[in-house]
Amino acid sequence: MTDFEKYKKERERWEAERQTKSKDRPGKFMTTSSVPIDHLYGPENVQDIDFFKDVGYPGEYPYTRGIHYNMYRGRLWTMRQFAGFGTAHDTNQRFKYLLENGQTGLSVAFDLPTLMGRDSDDPLSHGEVGVCGVAIDSLADMEVLFDGIPLDKVSTSMTINSPAAILLAFYICVGEKQGVPQEKLMGTLQNDILKEYIAQKEFIFPPEPSMKLVVDTVEYCTRHVPKWNTISISGYHIREAGSTAVQELAFTLADGFAYVDSCIEAGLDVDEFAPRFSFFFNSHLDFFEEIAKFRAARKIWARHMRERYGAKNERSWKLRFHTQTAGCSLTGQQPENNIVRTAFEALAAVLGGTQSLHTNSLDETWALPTEKAAKIALRTQQIIAHEIGVINTPDPLAGSYFVERLTKDMEQAAEEYFQKINDFGGVIPAIKQGFFQREIAKAARQYQDEIERKERIIVGVNAYREPDEKLEIPILRIDDKVEKAQVARVKALKEKRDNTKVRQTLDRLREAAAANENVMPYLIDCAHAYCTIGEMINTLKEVYGTWTEEPVF
Amino acid sequence: MDRKIRVLVAKPGLDGHDRGAKVIASALRDAGFEVIYSGLHQTPEQIVEIALQEDVDVIGISILSGAHMTLFPRIMELMQEKGLDDVLLTGGGIIPPEDAEKLEAMGTGKIFGPGSSTQDIIQYIREWAESREQTETK
Repeated sequence: MTDFEKYKKERERWEAERQTKSKDRPGKFMTTSSVPIDHLYGPENVQDIDFFKDVGYPGEYPYTRGIHYNMYRGRLWTMRQFAGFGTAHDTNQRFKYLLENGQTGLSVAFDLPTLMGRDSDDPLSHGEVGVCGVAIDSLADMEVLFDGIPLDKVSTSMTINSPAAILLAFYICVGEKQGVPQEKLMGTLQNDILKEYIAQKEFIFPPEPSMKLVVDTVEYCTRHVPKWNTISISGYHIREAGSTAVQELAFTLADGFAYVDSCIEAGLDVDEFAPRFSFFFNSHLDFFEEIAKFRAARKIWARHMRERYGAKNERSWKLRFHTQTAGCSLTGQQPENNIVRTAFEALAAVLGGTQSLHTNSLDETWALPTEKAAKIALRTQQIIAHEIGVINTPDPLAGSYFVERLTKDMEQAAEEYFQKINDFGGVIPAIKQGFFQREIAKAARQYQDEIERKERIIVGVNAYREPDEKLEIPILRIDDKVEKAQVARVKALKEKRDNTKVRQTLDRLREAAAANENVMPYLIDCAHAYCTIGEMINTLKEVYGTWTEEPVF
Repeated sequence: MDRKIRVLVAKPGLDGHDRGAKVIASALRDAGFEVIYSGLHQTPEQIVEIALQEDVDVIGISILSGAHMTLFPRIMELMQEKGLDDVLLTGGGIIPPEDAEKLEAMGTGKIFGPGSSTQDIIQYIREWAESREQTETK
């Protein structure tokens, strides 16, 4: 009898015993993504998993166990908290405070008008200026944002997508003014436009020209800004929009492959640009499912990069990622409990081998975080790092029958999605046919229905409620003076700058876009001439057109 | 009442977070309402225009961007201008209770915060429609 047969036989015996000697509680045993979980996992469940091929060693292909040999024994993950509000001056003050307190990298949150490429004085911006991030209209604001912050020493992550190329241009110009050449700039541009059509919906142009802009930035940075992380391929927003863990994994990696394809098509060598791609995942409530997702992600990326794209550089195989805990898992009810949820989610990210982490604050179902709430969130990471012993050895859950089974299942389910996306003709055709949007809407509705049928218990929401609960936490408010001041500032800029130069640089940008040239150098010229985001975006709209989605629900 | 209750689910402003709006739109549809979804990035003017053209009974606004204290009052003002006095304006999103109370005091219907159940929203709209019908037949 082989070992496998022995395990199988014993398992059958145990199953028979279990059924006579125990009875499960009513209800479903399933993950946060509604995947049913078996009673038990044992050696018989992992017979198709080969240790060397599927699991291996940290720091080595296929990186299931992490991208570094020593993981957190070498260096802890970067605790990178996302911040931004009000005017550039307000956020500059916050940045300086963070840097004085030992933070080494910055992460900029922009307000919605900036994210949507609109100036603060645009009618659609009314009520949104400086509210969910910092308001940036032109290079003038960017100069204030980084005033006194040396860009050759600090790395900056910018969460920006549709106007990403423009913000990169601003950053390069600020560097120049500080005397820091672009070769020395360090940072990350989110620049992941595909997930905007799929989930976050901050799109401006149709998918094809948007993709062209992404490729322009990758090409430009590959040649001129070599330390820059060009795309942060993001599953975070896909998950927040309601997807399952597998959908997050599969759609994000599919987006990643689509960027690789487009850059190769544009004539770049895979090993030139792929090492500068990074990822951004969500860490939701289901502890083991999340850990399996992170492990599967690394393995899938490594295999596709090496086998399918023939990448030779190990750095092209390694999936580096940032994690944020799941905003959508937090409750408005009894908000203090969100500290606990976030801690578990952060722990899953650490056990999954994340390179950097943002932990959400307890009050974020109601508003942007207060300073105290944000500090508790950061302290949560520090407790994980220093107090609970999870950093002593890489990938401590490897070899768990359950975790290895989940990892492999997750990988296989992702491959099935890649096949489906291929059948549509790729990511962009699948977006246009509403495939991702439908899948996500369906999953979001199912999750909500499970809560309402109490198949899924959320503490404080559909169980353990406090009927007369009053909100007892402080709420951060953004003064509407911010909008008035910013609108006045951009209006004054439009009057005092050299408007002939503005028109000239915008005209050249239009011509370059129409001629299908790389627009980056033209955007940099526009930035120097103090053209606003809205002006640059509107010029590009003349050539590229705009995008409206066909809503599916 | 033979006619189905017509609800416009709308996303005003630049906010693209449409998970809640879509879950509610599909739950209302399954509960037998006639649902019109505005799509994203609508101005208050566009929303009130759709409400007028589609002859809706209810406007449900979803805002997660923090701009609710600007957008709700503006929509209310436009509804008054266009004579949509018998249309219910309700909604939800990332709206602190204090703001929800202020909006309700200004004359909006109930504002639903995070964790609200679609069943409660359905019931709320049904009860509102019944009470409107009763006042009309008096």
